[in-house]
Amino acid sequence: MMKKNLLAAAAALLLAGGATSSAIAADKLKVGFIYLGPVGDLGWTYQHELARQAVVKEFGDKIETTFLENIPEGPDAERAVEQLVRAGNKLIFTTSFGYMDPTLKVAKKYPNVHFEHCSGYKRDKNMSTYSARWYQGRYIQGEIAAKMSKAGVLGYIGSFPIPEVVSGINATMIGAQTVNPNIKVKIIWVNSWFDPGKEADAAKALLDQGADIIMQHTDSPAAMQIAGERGKLAFGQDSEMIKFGPKAQLTSILDTWAPYYIERVKAELDGTWKSGDTWGGLETKMFEMAPYTNMPDDVKKTAEDTQAAIAAGKLHPFKCPVVAQDGKDVECKGGDHLADDQILGMNFYVKGIDDKLPGK
Amino acid sequence: MELIEAIILSVLAASTPLLLAATGELVTERSGVLNLGVEGMMIVGAACGFGGAWLTGSIIVGALCGILAGTLMSLLFAGMALGLAVNQVATGLALTIFGTGLSGLIGAGFVGERITPAPHLYIPFITNIPLIGRILFGEDGFVYLSLALIAAVWWFLYRTRAGLIVRACGDNHVSAHALGYPVLRIRMYAVMFGGACAGLAGAYLPLAYTPFFIPGMTAGRGWIALALTVFASWRPGRLVIGAYLFGAVTILQLHAQGAGIGIPSQFMSSLPYLATVIVLVLLSRARTGGSTAPAALGTVFVPDR
Repeated sequence: MMKKNLLAAAAALLLAGGATSSAIAADKLKVGFIYLGPVGDLGWTYQHELARQAVVKEFGDKIETTFLENIPEGPDAERAVEQLVRAGNKLIFTTSFGYMDPTLKVAKKYPNVHFEHCSGYKRDKNMSTYSARWYQGRYIQGEIAAKMSKAGVLGYIGSFPIPEVVSGINATMIGAQTVNPNIKVKIIWVNSWFDPGKEADAAKALLDQGADIIMQHTDSPAAMQIAGERGKLAFGQDSEMIKFGPKAQLTSILDTWAPYYIERVKAELDGTWKSGDTWGGLETKMFEMAPYTNMPDDVKKTAEDTQAAIAAGKLHPFKCPVVAQDGKDVECKGGDHLADDQILGMNFYVKGIDDKLPGK
Repeated sequence: MELIEAIILSVLAASTPLLLAATGELVTERSGVLNLGVEGMMIVGAACGFGGAWLTGSIIVGALCGILAGTLMSLLFAGMALGLAVNQVATGLALTIFGTGLSGLIGAGFVGERITPAPHLYIPFITNIPLIGRILFGEDGFVYLSLALIAAVWWFLYRTRAGLIVRACGDNHVSAHALGYPVLRIRMYAVMFGGACAGLAGAYLPLAYTPFFIPGMTAGRGWIALALTVFASWRPGRLVIGAYLFGAVTILQLHAQGAGIGIPSQFMSSLPYLATVIVLVLLSRARTGGSTAPAALGTVFVPDR
């Protein structure tokens, strides 16, 4: 499949080179996408692909899209991005953190092409960044988990102890504590984004140790599937996982990039594209929650109310005071809640987590 | 008590793919061939195993597809490394890279599908015996098959004439050749057995462990199987102990984290490899006859005709 796309891109490249005077290319806006995994990975890349399809549906023959999948992070990515530029793409989405420097390099070389980089922090006048405030969803999940847990013990499978994952754990706990102040969480790091076997083992270990709700920040549906097998409950990750646990999935954080992609493509078409940084949340539908399932109506109602409150800006998961593990209040730099910088660089556990953050 | 039983059950399941793949590699290496393509053969076995089971609805057909796929992959290796006498290390590494790509291609059609995993053994009354019942009589068939297989390999290598000849090829191919044994053909059979085992080990993952296929799902287990062969110093008995030890380390480190015991998880994850290095050092310091590597391991053999 990838080969086919590379061939298509190569063919496009030849065409663009050979027929510069033709008007065919000039009419349509060409939009390119770089994907980390295969489009069928059921997770991260799949969600970006869904958004691309939504863009195609929205604009029809006004645009033409190309994607390159399975592009490793690092130097190879630079070649891939450049290939898209040479094929005549005027707006290019690079959809993984590791594409940051390659994208920036190519952006500097081609000032007339616009770039959109997902989840990074380096920008330029023709390179924007975008990401989602997933911690908002984690807060809602924490609330649901605390209401649904009979044991009062949550099981959390972490990938790597980086700020994004740590802020997710903290948001979960703060949400859970609003329901049950004595809620406990067991955390297992699998040191991988993707190892279905190990994720399944971690889920088993957590359930065996008395947790009855599984939450994950890893990419495969293995944990969901174990929870389903054991008659326990779980939350999905990145995409809809209910197929793997029809009686287990409570909800899932769904990466919905479509509205953002459509907005940016529209801006490009209108000639109003500007570089910027977008860190959107529920309020802009940068991500959504999968339908609330396998829970009683009152829990569902609470979850929906919380979701609405966060979306309306009335509730901030990291509302001050945020108490760290040592019992001290965290400095409140964002007015009545933690500042974005503090969330993006979060490297501490909140009070109530009876574990040590690796490396601390 | 229940927790101990649960841990042992998890360890059994986690160790099985390692034991299966390492059993095959042990025979391959005992014949004098170093096939570093275990990971590649495993992942292709996983893709084909899942595909077979998904299309037919039968776990057994799936397992057979996995075995067949692994064997075909190993024949590719045999053609290069034995037939054309290409460097074995390079060929093995290439096989892994090739297998990773190929499995993605094969599996593209059924990513996101799921199957019913292999059933667990259930014997009325016996399986219900507290503690030992589920461990000895309540796992899926692959677990018992892997143990039977390594026992058979032990018997073959040490109790049969054919096994002796395989070992002779691995220790001194020139002498074996001089005695009139078809060294290359024997090695090819050993490589094929290794491929079949790796394919089955790979198929175990989507058929019994996590019943779906995703590219890259073997996640380095082939490399652990290779380390395990060295750790076991090419002996079947030690291989069983090693496989369960490696499996136990993986599972126990997860439990240690869940229980909040403060051992860095990165350190625990690296333990199997660390243990392998230590064993290698111990082996090279205490050279007691027969316990070290097959003398002709990894060397190319071109018979003079």
